Amino acid sequence: MALPVAFFAVFFAWPVAAIVARGLKTDGGWRFGRIADVVTEPDIGHVLWFTTWQALASTALTLLAALPAAYVFARLDFPGKQVLRAVVTVPFVLPTVVAGSAFLALLGRGGLLDQLWGVRLDTTVWAILLAHVFFNYAVVVRTVGGLWAQLDPQQEQAARMLGASPLTAWRRVTLPALAPAVAAAALMVFLFTFTSFGVVQILGGPTFSTVEVEIYRQTSEVFDLSTAAVLTLVQFAAVGLILAVHAWTVRRRETALRLVDPAVTARRPCGAGQWALLAGVLATIGLLLVLPLGVLVRRSLDAPGLGYYRALAHTDGGTFLVAPVHAVWTSLQYAAAATAIAVLIGGLAAAALARRDAGRLVRGFDALLMLPLGVSAVTVGFGFLIALDRPPLDLRQSWILVPLAQALVGAPFVVRTMLPVLRAVDGRLREAAAVLGASPWRVWREVDLPLVRRALLVAAGFAFAVSLGEFGATVFIARPDNPTLPVAVARLLSRPGDLNYGQAMALSTILMVVCAVALLVLERLLPQSRTSSTGGTPMDRTGEF
Amino acid sequence: MLLSLEEATVRLGGRPVLDGVGLDVAEHEVVCVLGPSGSGKSTLLRAVAGLQPLASGRVLLDGRDQAGVPAHRRGVGLMFQDHQLFPQRDVGGNVAFGLRMHGVARGERDAAVAQLLELVGLPGAARRAVAGLSGGEQQRVALARALAPRPRLLMLDEPLGQLDRSLRERLVVELRELFGRLGTTVLAVTHDQGEAFALADRVVVMRDGRIAQSGTPLEVWQRPADEFVARFLGFDNVVPATVGDTAADTPWGKLPVPDGSPRGSRPLLVRPAGVRLVAADEGLPCTVTARTFRGTHVAVHLRPRDGGPRLEAACALRDAPEAGAEVGTAFDAAEIVVLG
Repeated sequence: MALPVAFFAVFFAWPVAAIVARGLKTDGGWRFGRIADVVTEPDIGHVLWFTTWQALASTALTLLAALPAAYVFARLDFPGKQVLRAVVTVPFVLPTVVAGSAFLALLGRGGLLDQLWGVRLDTTVWAILLAHVFFNYAVVVRTVGGLWAQLDPQQEQAARMLGASPLTAWRRVTLPALAPAVAAAALMVFLFTFTSFGVVQILGGPTFSTVEVEIYRQTSEVFDLSTAAVLTLVQFAAVGLILAVHAWTVRRRETALRLVDPAVTARRPCGAGQWALLAGVLATIGLLLVLPLGVLVRRSLDAPGLGYYRALAHTDGGTFLVAPVHAVWTSLQYAAAATAIAVLIGGLAAAALARRDAGRLVRGFDALLMLPLGVSAVTVGFGFLIALDRPPLDLRQSWILVPLAQALVGAPFVVRTMLPVLRAVDGRLREAAAVLGASPWRVWREVDLPLVRRALLVAAGFAFAVSLGEFGATVFIARPDNPTLPVAVARLLSRPGDLNYGQAMALSTILMVVCAVALLVLERLLPQSRTSSTGGTPMDRTGEF
Repeated sequence: MLLSLEEATVRLGGRPVLDGVGLDVAEHEVVCVLGPSGSGKSTLLRAVAGLQPLASGRVLLDGRDQAGVPAHRRGVGLMFQDHQLFPQRDVGGNVAFGLRMHGVARGERDAAVAQLLELVGLPGAARRAVAGLSGGEQQRVALARALAPRPRLLMLDEPLGQLDRSLRERLVVELRELFGRLGTTVLAVTHDQGEAFALADRVVVMRDGRIAQSGTPLEVWQRPADEFVARFLGFDNVVPATVGDTAADTPWGKLPVPDGSPRGSRPLLVRPAGVRLVAADEGLPCTVTARTFRGTHVAVHLRPRDGGPRLEAACALRDAPEAGAEVGTAFDAAEIVVLG
């Protein structure tokens, strides 16, 4: 426990505190008056308002699009369901800049809609909203669908036997059981869209700006640190509130529900209604999730003879000091280091949190671990630069700075994936091993590790994909001669010209393939552990909140 | 003494679950702790195993205080209530686990596993997956696993708890024979008196974290120490009484008591076998409310006509009266026990 606490204190709390202090502290002391000044500024008020309403609209749209899919995945059985589940998860781990460029390719200038009907949406808020749905579809499908699949259908049947109509039975029995999961998923979507950076940066143009984008602008373009600090605090408060409510809904979800094996609750679709629903869900997934990625890939192939890809190997464009393709190698190295750190820190934290005798304080740390997901990554990135610049921790010149920042975002996913599995390991199995003569270390190696190995690998894959796509913090601390993939994509997109645009599409495609492969390989190819038959151990909870 | 508990106390959430328990187990002895759920039986085993720290008191093994000795260094075995076999290992892997932890070489280990599986009646099962085992087979594997490292003390937590009745009765006999043959020292806990009496050299009855009675199965069965023990053993004919020289005043009238019974105001137990049914105009007049077939006899439930608590009589099959019949009852001093 000490190591994770120290890690988050040094690499998260301190940089954030340092940058807030830099913004709000002068020789004369703290200037809390700035908070009121900034918040009442009309421009900032506009940003706050836009951030909130676009997050609400994104959340509503995501629920609307994904709840039918949650039902379909939970209750219907059809060929290719497992593959489709994995496909739905891919966008969630994709880097925001890839999603941004995919929607640019679909909706932007010269995009598919532009060519077909002359419609452009890239300067409207619709592009942002659709990209947010694209991202968070999996959060709702997996969180709500995961629970839905485990609800005992006999509960609804019991209500039917007592005289309830199908709709009443659903409304009175299933919906109340599902409500906490829907609330948890909605809060998570709200959190992700409220703090959205990459998507809005690419699709928002000069018109639309979230708090996170504004923090970036104030920090790197206007150099108004006090405004950035105030905005960081505002976002921090909002995120803290969202996480507190989320923790509450999760606790409610975990209590007093009778769960069954999901394998027994799904049926083949029957009747026109269920077939229509299935078709509708498949069409939504095709249009909303698969099409943008398809268009992205096609646009990257526009130049004859893979021209955009070949251009990546040269420095001719003048955008970079090194050939953009080097960014692939750089990114992989950084992501591998970040994954190692995230798995170590996240794994230790999850192990400490899973202990049955964990006190209130430790359990509170559970919610705190989610904070890096919501607190401004830009702040963390910039905070790294100003806080870790003097001995004993002068890391400004060190390559480790980027993996450290990425691990900060990856660790919460490791905890979320590992914790349910570790909690499901029966404590008496460990005791049985101890009584047979196993020391605590051997107990961990002989009992815990075999049971959580699969979850550990899935968590590692998740952390890897997230680290690979991390943009907000990396954009600050990656050195210009060594950009990561998302940073390179963003820089290419910010330059005019078809070649730059095409190269951005090509790099995004590479990034997407690497991310998708990392996740799919780990999720699909690993043999299902034999243990899943013994107690409904939640082995595959990736992306559930 | 192999195992000694001295004033062992365990508190969970401020409440004493084990309250000043003293208990000795000699080498080669089979001791069964009997008690209702929540009486602290399992906690007793966990305290001896080192899985549950003591609030006060001592646990001694071979005369050495075990305070500060972690579970994996105590050299005792514990078979868990629901077996807790390692799901990711096969039968052989489970049985060999303790041997591996003690650094036994591979060849020796394989030989020991084969021998142990033979011993528990599962020869050649080493490669089978534990998920595919029946309840009885799991129980045997768990036993083999616990025996493998040759613990100086083997502890069993509800060893036969989840098995069906006929299997349980067969396994009790097998266990008893096995422990006798191996000379194993055993401390078992159960809530089933039949199991305890069949398995144990000595029975310890627990109540609310304290020891209510300790003795051979016969002693406990014949002379329950108090009303709690009597009722826990299934005796319901317990009434308050004022005991005199040769007789006691009870709600059922004046009842004879054995010579040398303690005097004064005490609860009194009448075994069903000590309630004789006589002609309706003799003794205590009762109405038969129900009959329950018990295999070797019929339990006849009686309601005294003049009020007072109901009572139960054991009756031969052919003599049992119908429900609703009017009968008289007489009492047999040999089957009456004045409780403490």
